[in-house]
Amino acid sequence: MLSKIVRTISNQLILFVLVFGLYIIMHGHVTPGGGFQGGAVIASGVVMMIVAFGSGEIKKSLRESHLSVIESGGALIFIGMAFAGMGTVFFYNFLVGTPVFGGIPPTGPNPGHVWTGGVIPIMNFGVGLKVIAGLSAIVLAMALFSSGEEMEE
Amino acid sequence: MRQIVAWFVLITLVAFLVAGALLMHPFGYPPSDMDDYMIANSQAETANNNVVAAVLFDYRGLDTLGEATVLFTAVTGVLLLFRALKKREKKT
Repeated sequence: MLSKIVRTISNQLILFVLVFGLYIIMHGHVTPGGGFQGGAVIASGVVMMIVAFGSGEIKKSLRESHLSVIESGGALIFIGMAFAGMGTVFFYNFLVGTPVFGGIPPTGPNPGHVWTGGVIPIMNFGVGLKVIAGLSAIVLAMALFSSGEEMEE
Repeated sequence: MRQIVAWFVLITLVAFLVAGALLMHPFGYPPSDMDDYMIANSQAETANNNVVAAVLFDYRGLDTLGEATVLFTAVTGVLLLFRALKKREKKT
Protein backbone atom coordinates (compact mmCIF):
# COMPACT_ATOMS: atom_id res chain seq x y z
CA MET A 1 0.00 0.00 0.00
CA LEU A 2 1.39 3.37 -1.02
CA SER A 3 1.04 6.76 0.69
CA LYS A 4 -2.24 8.55 1.29
CA ILE A 5 -1.63 11.03 -1.56
CA VAL A 6 -1.29 8.25 -4.14
CA ARG A 7 -4.34 6.43 -2.77
CA THR A 8 -6.54 9.55 -2.91
CA ILE A 9 -5.44 10.48 -6.43
CA SER A 10 -5.95 6.99 -7.82
CA ASN A 11 -9.34 6.80 -6.12
CA GLN A 12 -10.41 9.89 -8.05
CA LEU A 13 -8.68 8.86 -11.28
CA ILE A 14 -10.17 5.36 -11.57
CA LEU A 15 -13.56 6.83 -12.50
CA PHE A 16 -12.13 8.62 -15.53
CA VAL A 17 -10.12 5.56 -16.55
CA LEU A 18 -13.27 3.39 -16.46
CA VAL A 19 -15.32 5.94 -18.42
CA PHE A 20 -12.60 6.32 -21.04
CA GLY A 21 -12.27 2.55 -21.43
CA LEU A 22 -16.02 2.13 -21.84
CA TYR A 23 -16.04 4.96 -24.38
CA ILE A 24 -13.33 3.25 -26.43
CA ILE A 25 -15.23 -0.06 -26.30
CA MET A 26 -18.64 1.34 -27.24
CA HIS A 27 -17.31 3.61 -30.01
CA GLY A 28 -15.15 0.90 -31.53
CA HIS A 29 -17.12 0.92 -34.78
CA VAL A 30 -16.98 4.71 -35.26
CA THR A 31 -13.57 5.84 -33.99
CA PRO A 32 -10.23 4.04 -33.65
CA GLY A 33 -10.25 1.49 -30.86
CA GLY A 34 -12.43 -1.46 -30.01
CA GLY A 35 -12.94 -4.23 -27.52
CA PHE A 36 -9.31 -5.25 -27.11
CA GLN A 37 -7.97 -1.71 -26.70
CA GLY A 38 -10.68 -0.48 -24.33
CA GLY A 39 -10.40 -3.64 -22.25
CA ALA A 40 -6.67 -3.05 -21.94
CA VAL A 41 -7.35 0.53 -20.76
CA ILE A 42 -9.70 -0.69 -18.01
CA ALA A 43 -7.29 -3.49 -17.03
CA SER A 44 -4.54 -0.87 -16.65
CA GLY A 45 -6.91 0.98 -14.30
CA VAL A 46 -7.12 -2.22 -12.24
CA VAL A 47 -3.31 -2.33 -12.25
CA MET A 48 -3.26 1.24 -10.94
CA MET A 49 -5.58 0.28 -8.08
CA ILE A 50 -3.42 -2.77 -7.26
CA VAL A 51 -0.29 -0.61 -7.17
CA ALA A 52 -1.94 2.01 -4.97
CA PHE A 53 -3.83 -0.20 -2.51
CA GLY A 54 -1.98 -3.50 -2.61
CA SER A 55 -3.30 -6.78 -3.95
CA GLY A 56 -4.67 -7.93 -0.59
CA GLU A 57 -7.16 -5.06 -0.58
CA ILE A 58 -8.26 -5.50 -4.21
CA LYS A 59 -8.87 -9.25 -3.95
CA LYS A 60 -11.78 -8.59 -1.58
CA SER A 61 -13.77 -6.92 -4.37
CA LEU A 62 -12.47 -8.82 -7.43
CA ARG A 63 -13.30 -12.46 -6.89
CA GLU A 64 -12.17 -15.19 -9.23
CA SER A 65 -15.65 -16.65 -9.70
CA HIS A 66 -17.07 -13.25 -10.75
CA LEU A 67 -14.20 -12.65 -13.16
CA SER A 68 -14.61 -16.06 -14.78
CA VAL A 69 -18.37 -15.51 -15.15
CA ILE A 70 -17.74 -12.13 -16.84
CA GLU A 71 -15.13 -13.58 -19.16
CA SER A 72 -17.28 -16.54 -20.17
CA GLY A 73 -20.25 -14.21 -20.68
CA GLY A 74 -18.22 -12.04 -23.05
CA ALA A 75 -17.09 -15.08 -25.00
CA LEU A 76 -20.69 -16.34 -25.20
CA ILE A 77 -21.93 -12.95 -26.48
CA PHE A 78 -19.22 -12.98 -29.15
CA ILE A 79 -19.78 -16.54 -30.37
CA GLY A 80 -23.55 -16.15 -30.04
CA MET A 81 -23.57 -13.15 -32.37
CA ALA A 82 -21.36 -15.12 -34.75
CA PHE A 83 -23.74 -18.10 -34.73
CA ALA A 84 -26.85 -15.88 -35.02
CA GLY A 85 -25.86 -15.01 -38.59
CA MET A 86 -25.65 -18.71 -39.42
CA GLY A 87 -28.70 -18.40 -41.70
CA THR A 88 -26.38 -16.94 -44.34
CA VAL A 89 -22.81 -17.69 -43.25
CA PHE A 90 -20.81 -17.84 -40.04
CA PHE A 91 -20.05 -14.25 -38.88
CA TYR A 92 -22.69 -12.73 -41.17
CA ASN A 93 -23.64 -9.17 -40.20
CA PHE A 94 -27.38 -9.83 -40.00
CA LEU A 95 -28.31 -6.64 -38.08
CA VAL A 96 -27.55 -4.21 -40.93
CA GLY A 97 -30.75 -2.41 -41.88
CA THR A 98 -32.71 -3.52 -38.80
CA PRO A 99 -33.74 -1.08 -36.01
CA VAL A 100 -31.01 -2.42 -33.68
CA PHE A 101 -27.63 -0.83 -34.57
CA GLY A 102 -28.75 -0.94 -38.18
CA GLY A 103 -28.17 2.56 -39.55
CA ILE A 104 -26.10 2.50 -42.74
CA PRO A 105 -23.68 5.45 -43.06
CA PRO A 106 -23.15 7.04 -46.49
CA THR A 107 -20.08 5.88 -48.40
CA GLY A 108 -17.15 8.23 -48.01
CA PRO A 109 -16.24 10.66 -45.23
CA ASN A 110 -19.09 11.36 -42.83
CA PRO A 111 -19.46 12.47 -39.19
CA GLY A 112 -20.42 8.97 -38.06
CA HIS A 113 -23.15 7.78 -35.74
CA VAL A 114 -23.12 5.35 -32.82
CA TRP A 115 -26.33 3.66 -33.95
CA THR A 116 -24.62 1.92 -36.91
CA GLY A 117 -22.51 -1.16 -37.38
CA GLY A 118 -24.85 -4.14 -37.12
CA VAL A 119 -23.44 -6.88 -34.89
CA ILE A 120 -20.04 -5.21 -34.54
CA PRO A 121 -20.83 -2.98 -31.49
CA ILE A 122 -22.29 -5.99 -29.68
CA MET A 123 -19.26 -8.11 -30.53
CA ASN A 124 -17.01 -5.26 -29.39
CA PHE A 125 -18.86 -5.23 -26.07
CA GLY A 126 -18.43 -8.99 -25.64
CA VAL A 127 -14.74 -8.90 -26.49
CA GLY A 128 -14.34 -5.91 -24.15
CA LEU A 129 -15.88 -7.81 -21.24
CA LYS A 130 -13.64 -10.76 -22.04
CA VAL A 131 -10.45 -8.68 -22.15
CA ILE A 132 -11.34 -6.75 -18.96
CA ALA A 133 -11.97 -9.90 -16.93
CA GLY A 134 -9.10 -11.88 -18.46
CA LEU A 135 -6.37 -9.28 -18.04
CA SER A 136 -7.59 -8.35 -14.54
CA ALA A 137 -7.49 -12.00 -13.52
CA ILE A 138 -3.97 -12.45 -14.91
CA VAL A 139 -2.64 -9.31 -13.21
CA LEU A 140 -4.36 -10.05 -9.91
CA ALA A 141 -3.18 -13.67 -9.83
CA MET A 142 0.42 -12.62 -10.46
CA ALA A 143 0.32 -9.80 -7.89
CA LEU A 144 -1.22 -12.08 -5.27
CA PHE A 145 1.34 -14.79 -5.96
CA SER A 146 4.28 -12.41 -5.62
CA SER A 147 2.94 -11.19 -2.26
CA GLY A 148 2.36 -14.75 -1.04
CA GLU A 149 -1.43 -14.72 -0.91
CA GLU A 150 -4.12 -16.63 -2.74
CA MET A 151 -6.99 -15.54 -4.94
CA GLU A 152 -10.42 -15.43 -3.33
CA GLU A 153 -12.76 -18.03 -4.85
CA MET B 1 25.65 -36.78 -39.10
CA ARG B 2 23.76 -34.55 -36.68
CA GLN B 3 25.99 -31.63 -37.55
CA ILE B 4 25.31 -32.07 -41.27
CA VAL B 5 21.55 -32.10 -40.66
CA ALA B 6 21.82 -29.02 -38.44
CA TRP B 7 23.81 -27.12 -41.08
CA PHE B 8 21.34 -28.19 -43.76
CA VAL B 9 18.36 -26.95 -41.72
CA LEU B 10 20.15 -23.70 -40.88
CA ILE B 11 21.09 -22.96 -44.50
CA THR B 12 17.57 -23.77 -45.70
CA LEU B 13 15.99 -21.47 -43.11
CA VAL B 14 18.42 -18.62 -43.89
CA ALA B 15 17.79 -19.06 -47.62
CA PHE B 16 14.03 -18.87 -47.06
CA LEU B 17 14.36 -15.74 -44.89
CA VAL B 18 16.66 -13.98 -47.37
CA ALA B 19 14.43 -14.95 -50.29
CA GLY B 20 11.40 -13.65 -48.40
CA ALA B 21 13.14 -10.35 -47.72
CA LEU B 22 14.31 -9.98 -51.32
CA LEU B 23 11.04 -11.00 -52.98
CA MET B 24 8.87 -8.73 -50.84
CA HIS B 25 6.59 -6.45 -52.83
CA PRO B 26 7.39 -2.74 -52.60
CA PHE B 27 6.10 -0.88 -49.57
CA GLY B 28 2.67 0.67 -50.06
CA TYR B 29 1.73 -1.48 -53.06
CA PRO B 30 -0.01 -4.60 -51.73
CA PRO B 31 -0.29 -7.43 -54.26
CA SER B 32 -4.01 -8.13 -53.77
CA ASP B 33 -7.18 -6.22 -54.59
CA MET B 34 -8.88 -7.25 -51.34
CA ASP B 35 -7.97 -4.07 -49.44
CA ASP B 36 -9.40 -1.82 -52.16
CA TYR B 37 -12.61 -3.86 -52.09
CA MET B 38 -12.90 -3.53 -48.29
CA ILE B 39 -12.22 0.22 -48.27
CA ALA B 40 -14.78 0.78 -51.03
CA ASN B 41 -17.54 -1.50 -49.70
CA SER B 42 -17.24 -1.82 -45.93
CA GLN B 43 -19.53 1.14 -45.24
CA ALA B 44 -22.28 -0.17 -47.49
CA GLU B 45 -21.96 -3.85 -46.54
CA THR B 46 -21.28 -3.75 -42.80
CA ALA B 47 -22.62 -0.23 -41.96
CA ASN B 48 -19.28 0.60 -40.36
CA ASN B 49 -17.25 3.79 -40.54
CA ASN B 50 -14.23 2.08 -39.00
CA VAL B 51 -12.85 -0.20 -41.71
CA VAL B 52 -10.44 -1.80 -39.22
CA ALA B 53 -13.36 -2.86 -37.03
CA ALA B 54 -15.22 -4.11 -40.10
CA VAL B 55 -12.26 -6.30 -41.10
CA LEU B 56 -11.66 -7.46 -37.54
CA PHE B 57 -15.21 -8.48 -36.67
CA ASP B 58 -16.90 -9.10 -40.01
CA TYR B 59 -14.66 -9.99 -42.94
CA ARG B 60 -12.07 -11.78 -40.77
CA GLY B 61 -14.27 -12.69 -37.81
CA LEU B 62 -12.89 -16.20 -37.54
CA ASP B 63 -9.44 -14.76 -36.90
CA THR B 64 -10.80 -12.67 -34.01
CA LEU B 65 -12.43 -15.81 -32.61
CA GLY B 66 -9.00 -17.41 -32.56
CA GLU B 67 -7.58 -14.32 -30.87
CA ALA B 68 -10.23 -14.53 -28.15
CA THR B 69 -9.41 -18.21 -27.70
CA VAL B 70 -5.74 -17.32 -27.28
CA LEU B 71 -6.66 -14.86 -24.52
CA PHE B 72 -8.86 -17.47 -22.83
CA THR B 73 -6.05 -20.04 -22.96
CA ALA B 74 -3.59 -17.52 -21.52
CA VAL B 75 -5.88 -16.74 -18.57
CA THR B 76 -6.52 -20.43 -17.91
CA GLY B 77 -2.81 -21.21 -18.07
CA VAL B 78 -1.79 -18.39 -15.73
CA LEU B 79 -4.44 -19.26 -13.13
CA LEU B 80 -3.64 -22.99 -13.28
CA LEU B 81 0.11 -22.42 -13.08
CA PHE B 82 0.02 -20.05 -10.14
CA ARG B 83 -2.42 -22.20 -8.22
CA ALA B 84 -0.25 -25.29 -8.74
CA LEU B 85 2.84 -23.39 -7.57
CA LYS B 86 0.94 -22.26 -4.50
CA LYS B 87 -0.03 -25.80 -3.53
CA ARG B 88 3.51 -27.13 -3.99
CA GLU B 89 4.86 -24.35 -1.78
CA LYS B 90 2.38 -25.24 0.95
CA LYS B 91 3.36 -28.93 0.89
CA THR B 92 7.10 -28.43 1.32
